Amino acid sequence: MMKMTVEETEQLHEEPETSAAPQQLDGADVLIQTLKKHQVEVVFGYPGGAVLPIYDALHKNPIRHILARHEQGAIHAAEGYARVSGKVGVVIATSGPGATNVVTGIADAMMDSIPLVVFTGQVATTVIGTDAFQEADIIGITQPITKHNYQVKDVADLPRIINEAFHIASTGRPGPVVVDIPKNMATGIFIPTDETSYEVNLPGYQPTTTPNFLQIQKAALAISTAKQPLILAGAGILFSKASDQLVQLAEKYQIPVTNTLLGLGTIEGNHPLFIGMAGMHGTYTANMAIQTCDLLINVGARFDDRLTGNLAHFAPNAKVIHIDIDPAEIGKNVPTEIPIVADAKEALQALLDQNAPNGNTAAWLESLQINQREYPLFYEASEEKGLLPQQVVELIHEYTNGDAVVTTDVGQHQMWAAQYYKFNHPHNWVTSGGLGTMGFGFPAAIGAQLAKPEAKVVSIVGDAGFQMTLQELSLLQEMRIPVKIVILNNQALGMVRQWQETFHGERYSHSLIPVQPDFVKLAAAYDLKGYKIETFEDAKVQLKEALASDEPVLIDCRVVQKEKVYPMVVPGTALHEMIGVKPE
Amino acid sequence: MKRIITVSVVNQSGVLNRVTGLLMKRQFNIESITVGHTEQPQISKMTFVVNVEDEQKLEQLLKQLQKQVDVLKVNDITEKSIVVRELALVKVVAPPTVRAEINSIVEPFRAATIDTGKNVVTFQVTGNPEKIDAFIDLLKPYGIKDLTRTGVTAFVRETQKVHTPQLSIL
Ligand SMILES: Cc1ncc(C[n+]2csc(CCOP(=O)(O)OP(=O)(O)O)c2C)c(N)n1
Ligand SMILES: [Mg+2]
Repeated sequence: MMKMTVEETEQLHEEPETSAAPQQLDGADVLIQTLKKHQVEVVFGYPGGAVLPIYDALHKNPIRHILARHEQGAIHAAEGYARVSGKVGVVIATSGPGATNVVTGIADAMMDSIPLVVFTGQVATTVIGTDAFQEADIIGITQPITKHNYQVKDVADLPRIINEAFHIASTGRPGPVVVDIPKNMATGIFIPTDETSYEVNLPGYQPTTTPNFLQIQKAALAISTAKQPLILAGAGILFSKASDQLVQLAEKYQIPVTNTLLGLGTIEGNHPLFIGMAGMHGTYTANMAIQTCDLLINVGARFDDRLTGNLAHFAPNAKVIHIDIDPAEIGKNVPTEIPIVADAKEALQALLDQNAPNGNTAAWLESLQINQREYPLFYEASEEKGLLPQQVVELIHEYTNGDAVVTTDVGQHQMWAAQYYKFNHPHNWVTSGGLGTMGFGFPAAIGAQLAKPEAKVVSIVGDAGFQMTLQELSLLQEMRIPVKIVILNNQALGMVRQWQETFHGERYSHSLIPVQPDFVKLAAAYDLKGYKIETFEDAKVQLKEALASDEPVLIDCRVVQKEKVYPMVVPGTALHEMIGVKPE
Repeated sequence: MKRIITVSVVNQSGVLNRVTGLLMKRQFNIESITVGHTEQPQISKMTFVVNVEDEQKLEQLLKQLQKQVDVLKVNDITEKSIVVRELALVKVVAPPTVRAEINSIVEPFRAATIDTGKNVVTFQVTGNPEKIDAFIDLLKPYGIKDLTRTGVTAFVRETQKVHTPQLSIL
């Protein structure tokens, strides 16, 4: 599907190996070699003074490199790539401004546990601390937003540090690792001695992956005796590739399943046991199920505040089983009767192996079905009103058969995408949850498409968030990456506007942006086909055509500005108090 | 509640920053902190005195510390049988007229005189923090010119009277 014009350009750069004499390697050469050992197939980056030696080594020994047009674009693309491929996303940025430009992405990856290894250039060790040109203390800056970080102080340490960085980023609870490389470490000659270690040496880092047997027994007993059990499935299941085990457990014991925002896709969107997403804009059925269940089985979710609503009233009747690979998440927000520190797949498999007798959940499932019938997600469409964002998402779902990779930005459109796009498969949903980073969605789609070249990748973005990182349109132009950009254009910071309408007396302070670029012309400037869609009728024709294309396209959907995301748990209230659960 | 927590760490540059930064990020108040090498050169030990609100917060603190890559071991030794020591240097105004009096006051504390001038004396005193508080209080009326305290370091005794309850999943 994709035309890899970049590979052609890469080939032009490749130079024939000439001298056969053993070459001395510098730190930068070792870095590239080590990346190859880790089977890194693509790196996202942007060059600059401090990383020139690394780019030179990359020139000699190429790895596919995606030259984003802003370091933030590079790191969000790496996140999208990591999310969809399950592999580590690799980023290179220069010192100072290059490094500070990736800070948002690092924080985003930390919040959503995305495995990244970020290489930042640094001024030479001889001048660190002197406010040298393009010096920034990226180790200090990223210390609270990385799983771990390193500054290389001896060229001989490089291979071990890189090996450790990949190990830390991708095991246990994944997360971003920064490796800061002073310029003289990249140019310094690598002279291995007997002391040089390539091995990971991390005595303080040993994530527990195997569940405690006694807790598994307790959990199995609780599951078979529960009358109203509920599974809350989070993104931990995706990292451990445990969707099959999740669905098996749910089906075996007839337990309904709800998802966190990030956990969408872990179970098929149309599965009869799936009751929709929970939380602030979750379904009424899912939130009421949490409030009335007698056993809540949290697998790989962290009881984030957008999920729990008012904690004091969260799941008042439930005994809680919490399966998480990070012990610090257990008991952090919600008291837990049965803690299981483990990899989700191992824990779910161990639970299945217990083969405990089934409880009877028929009455419980029926009561949930009544709620689903009584309180479905709803919107009120009419021709006079205009095109509704929910309609657009439903059409995208229809035209892609639920098989697309969907990335979103942050805001109302994100919630509508989460509510109305029903995923058939895991690892197809890419969104910024914990940090809620506007500007994430579009570059993430580029990374996602590189991870799955054959997939249909649709990036559902808001008109405002898209404008934060739209410079990456250049990548679509250059490489013909066939991402489908769908702007749910409400000419507003829609989510902000909604809150101002509801909580701030309709005072729309700096949230309406009627003056916009002509997005179709913008697309044309990047040699992309653009569409502008204003009615549902048009949408049915043009959206279908646009999504069917093998080319990158931009689709500007002019949607009703005043549409609000419902239902909603108002901050400070409990899940069962949610508003907007039925048409007025 | 005040807790004494010891943390063994791999001696990497930046590890102290990571640990104190973590406490700051999670809104824990550090009352004092001491750090030094252990018998193994590549391992350092930190001793914190922190104020935490409740058991749940304490559990979070211990788990978050344990989660750091360079942290080897975390112990809350507050309820163990322990030896707690702090050292203070106190420079006090002591003209010849009151010097004998001051000396008799500090005597029971087994403080050492480490520097004397015409009108000032500097004492070094070690003990648990309460003892040092008392020492300082007694010298205050004479006029303290300078004061520095190291913060607490602590050791678990060989024989333990009681076993402390294990936190749920640590
Ligand atoms: C970088 C960043 N700045 C500000 C916000 C706060 N914020 C959350 S949603 C939103 C509005 C987004 O507008 P748009 O991208 O058009 O999406 P919509 O809500 O209209 O669908 C804003 C400003 C944010 N999440 N991220
Ligand atoms: Mg908008």
